[in-house]
Amino acid sequence: MAPVVDTLRLTAVEARGLLERGEISAAELHSAYLDAIDERDGELHCFLSTVERAEGDGVPIALKDVISTKGVETTAGSKILSGYVPVFDSTVAARCKSTGLPLLGKTNLDEFAMGSSTENSAFGPTRNPWDPTRVPGGSGGGSAAAVTAGLAPWALGSDTGGSIKQPSALCGNVGLRPTYGTVSRYGVVAFASSLDQIGPVTKSVRDAALLYSIIAGRDPLDSTTAELPEPVRLPEGESLKGVRIGMPTELNEAEGIEPGVAEAVANALALAEELGAEVGECSLPRSVRYGMPCYYLIAPAEASSNLARYDGVRYGLRAQGESYQKMVERTRDMGFGDEPKRRIMLGTYALSAGYYDAFYGQAQKVRTLISEEHREALEQFDVLVSPTSPTVAFPIGERIADPLAMYLSDLLTIPSCLAGLPGLSIPCGLSEGLPVGLQLIGPQFSENVLFRVGHALEQALEFDTVPTRWRT
Amino acid sequence: MTWEPVIGLEVHVHLKTRTKMFCRCRVGFGAEPNTQTCPVCLAFPGALPVVNRTAVEWTIKLGLALGCDIAEHAVFSRKNYFYFDNPKGYQISQYDLPFCISGKVILPTAEGDRVIGIVRAHLEEDAAKTVHVGGRTGRIRGAEHSIVDFNRGGTPLVEIVTAPDIRSAEEAKRFLQLLRQTIVELGISDAEMEKGTLRVDANVSVREVGSSELRTRTELKNMNSFTFVARGIDAEIARQIAVWESGAEVRQETYDFDATTGALTPHRAKEEADDYRYFPEPDLVPIEPPADLVERLRSELPEQPAARIRRLESELDLERATVLVTGGLDRLWGDAVAAGAEKIAAANVIANTIVGAGLDPAAVSAQELARLVDARERLPRAAFDEAISKLADPGFSAEPYLAQEAVSDESELEPIVARVLEASPGQVDAYRSGKEGLLGFFVGQVLKETGGKANPRVVSELIRERLDS
Amino acid sequence: MAITREEVLHAARLAWLALTDEEIDRLTPELDKILDAVGIVAELDLSDVQPTSHPLDLVNVWDDDVPRDSLSREDVLANAPALERGLFKVPTWRQ
Repeated sequence: MAPVVDTLRLTAVEARGLLERGEISAAELHSAYLDAIDERDGELHCFLSTVERAEGDGVPIALKDVISTKGVETTAGSKILSGYVPVFDSTVAARCKSTGLPLLGKTNLDEFAMGSSTENSAFGPTRNPWDPTRVPGGSGGGSAAAVTAGLAPWALGSDTGGSIKQPSALCGNVGLRPTYGTVSRYGVVAFASSLDQIGPVTKSVRDAALLYSIIAGRDPLDSTTAELPEPVRLPEGESLKGVRIGMPTELNEAEGIEPGVAEAVANALALAEELGAEVGECSLPRSVRYGMPCYYLIAPAEASSNLARYDGVRYGLRAQGESYQKMVERTRDMGFGDEPKRRIMLGTYALSAGYYDAFYGQAQKVRTLISEEHREALEQFDVLVSPTSPTVAFPIGERIADPLAMYLSDLLTIPSCLAGLPGLSIPCGLSEGLPVGLQLIGPQFSENVLFRVGHALEQALEFDTVPTRWRT
Repeated sequence: MTWEPVIGLEVHVHLKTRTKMFCRCRVGFGAEPNTQTCPVCLAFPGALPVVNRTAVEWTIKLGLALGCDIAEHAVFSRKNYFYFDNPKGYQISQYDLPFCISGKVILPTAEGDRVIGIVRAHLEEDAAKTVHVGGRTGRIRGAEHSIVDFNRGGTPLVEIVTAPDIRSAEEAKRFLQLLRQTIVELGISDAEMEKGTLRVDANVSVREVGSSELRTRTELKNMNSFTFVARGIDAEIARQIAVWESGAEVRQETYDFDATTGALTPHRAKEEADDYRYFPEPDLVPIEPPADLVERLRSELPEQPAARIRRLESELDLERATVLVTGGLDRLWGDAVAAGAEKIAAANVIANTIVGAGLDPAAVSAQELARLVDARERLPRAAFDEAISKLADPGFSAEPYLAQEAVSDESELEPIVARVLEASPGQVDAYRSGKEGLLGFFVGQVLKETGGKANPRVVSELIRERLDS
Repeated sequence: MAITREEVLHAARLAWLALTDEEIDRLTPELDKILDAVGIVAELDLSDVQPTSHPLDLVNVWDDDVPRDSLSREDVLANAPALERGLFKVPTWRQ
């Protein structure tokens, strides 16, 4: 009889230990997660598809359904790609494969990674494991919920404006948005090319570092990637002596931050000081106020172009049409949900003749400004800290009718994304019984610092990643 | 009112790299449809472009050959539009920061050098190939459906844009010939219009002589030889002049020129002009050509054609010099002359026979050619032609051919001449009433009768003696 | 108004999205509100600022002109909605 695996608690590093010591086989481990999925995913809907057979002898992994997997359907959460089976692997999927990580399944997301709640999935929402009447965050709600619910030991997500970090915050686990250019986007369904990054969603910071070391590094198939300047170091220490932590006022005192969230973050920072860190204030004068407008011009503009290939000619949905144009127009109208349509329209407008300078052109300059402000702040501090999300998980349906309200979920994650900076979200406490995430932002290529600080804090915080309702 | 044409050309050059512009699929003709494609050139979800380094180097080289400034910071941009042959829904091209700007091409003419400005040369990817099925002519009009082959999609293309400095259809043709030769000598493209590796669109407008205004221009497309380009331009100039002179205004339109009928057909009217919404390609980083690369490429440039024409002009004449240089034949000529051939005779023989025989000038033995040029008056035509055709064969020697002599014995030739003239009474009458060009016809008939062995000069004299009396 | 119904229609036409009247009615006020919010970027005087196209300062990333194997035709056509003799079949262009 196969050993009983507590998937709710098992970290990837622990799972690797089990495998290495021969206490369980890869096939058995894989099965254990499939069993968990059978048990709990009916309620949560984290997975769009699962893979029965374990191919590989390592720790199984779930991949957000924007990540192309050869021979396994990849939908990007959209009707327009329903039934699309890639004939090639994305680089990140290939790197997982060659490390021996069996694919567990593809996780649910907001369509084309556009959203902050996973309610925009064409295949139904995912529910937060802490409280199934609430959202898990988005766009990568499926991966985050799966990890928290013990349906996968770890997962990969994609982050454009916060789509890894925010769901991790709302689901109470660890999410890393890497430095732009350290992880290949080849084979990942593109949303906004200059912002998209693929990163780990895990239960612990060590797991995140391990997974990052597997996927990171220059890819000749992606011209925007660079080699890591130093190898990934798995964090071990517990002291934060000598670490300078900055708290940007505009991020930490932004309008809309719930008191419970602010309090949890403040407690965590007090703990950081006890561990030896120096905490101080700094300013990002315009990054928060102009961050969202800048993002919601650049991202939709790039998306409007990236989504032009979905035309029913070579793959995906095809509608009826008496002419080529009619066929394409109808395919796109039928296949895209409201949020992609909104963003395509916005982006098309922002790039169009007469509007380019005022909108897209201007946003590109605001982006320079935001990068500068972050660079200056990071001259005095090793990491910047703030809540990841202004609120805890909100009820399903609460914001879906108000796009702007939904966009505000990413208020705090967006600015550092625009600067291409890495960010690590770790759970730092509960507010009203729901997880609060704290984000650590560092300069480009500072993942090792983020891991070190995150790990030390994580050890001190002792946050229990198992949802209260499932604790025995 | 005298009118002056104002012509600019947009030339697309297919680079003959081994792989495509943004992926490493092979480039080449004749493969089964959709067998030279990959996720990138098929625009599968998640695919990303990677620049072909050789294509960049060749573009810079071409820009240098055209006298351009090479950008220190060049950027690829997305040109967004929907069409069958454009799978991403955008073409990766260049917009505000192309590789090459502000060059010029010099056309030597009898009245001095004509300078044709080159506004820019940039690098982009070619579209895929669409076949329209079911219509009468295979074109879009009347087709039932279309089928798309993505093999060609992604081939590197350099687009060269000239200033509107060209002033006649004939000048456009000469410009294109010189441009083509420049490109071929760089080894970056075969640049053949008939094969589609060189494409030319013309922008045409007219204005009053002496004015410097630029009136509305039209675009001519789908002409597949330099001659047709010239004819199309002439037809469009005439059409525009007629429009202005009738009191109407020329409208900005795109026309296809049908060379067989001479008709200019406007493209389907677009409801609104395309808004391409150019923005810098986020999947590619800028190219900053290293100075040492640019210098190395500059040092590899062959001598400018215009300079070579002027040099040869002093030894021949402008027309022969132009023909030789734009045909890539001047080096062979120089070698043949050095080997003893008479200059004008060598020029004539080379210009008239080498290209026609399909020979590669670089493979032709200049020594043997010189000997043939020397002997061409006395050799039988057939022998001469055969020798020419073998000039590029390795180890060719003219010796065996030189031994042959054309028949110059008048007594042998007289009866044959008489026979030929008797057999063609109609042509004889025509000749006597002024059509002197028919002399060639009679000579040809005699040569035919003698299996090419008669001496054409002697035959010619005999015929003239008979007919002019 | 930050964006009118006509402008929404125009953007839809450029993006080849056949929006229904109901969609246009619903999306126009939403887009208007969003554009109002994002339009504040115009408040900043950034005439001296360079635009950022890429977060990393990379240049000259390219590949040698060496062929790699293409996809098999089977793979190329595996997801094709309509085919004819190994080519992708589409309705043709019509006025």
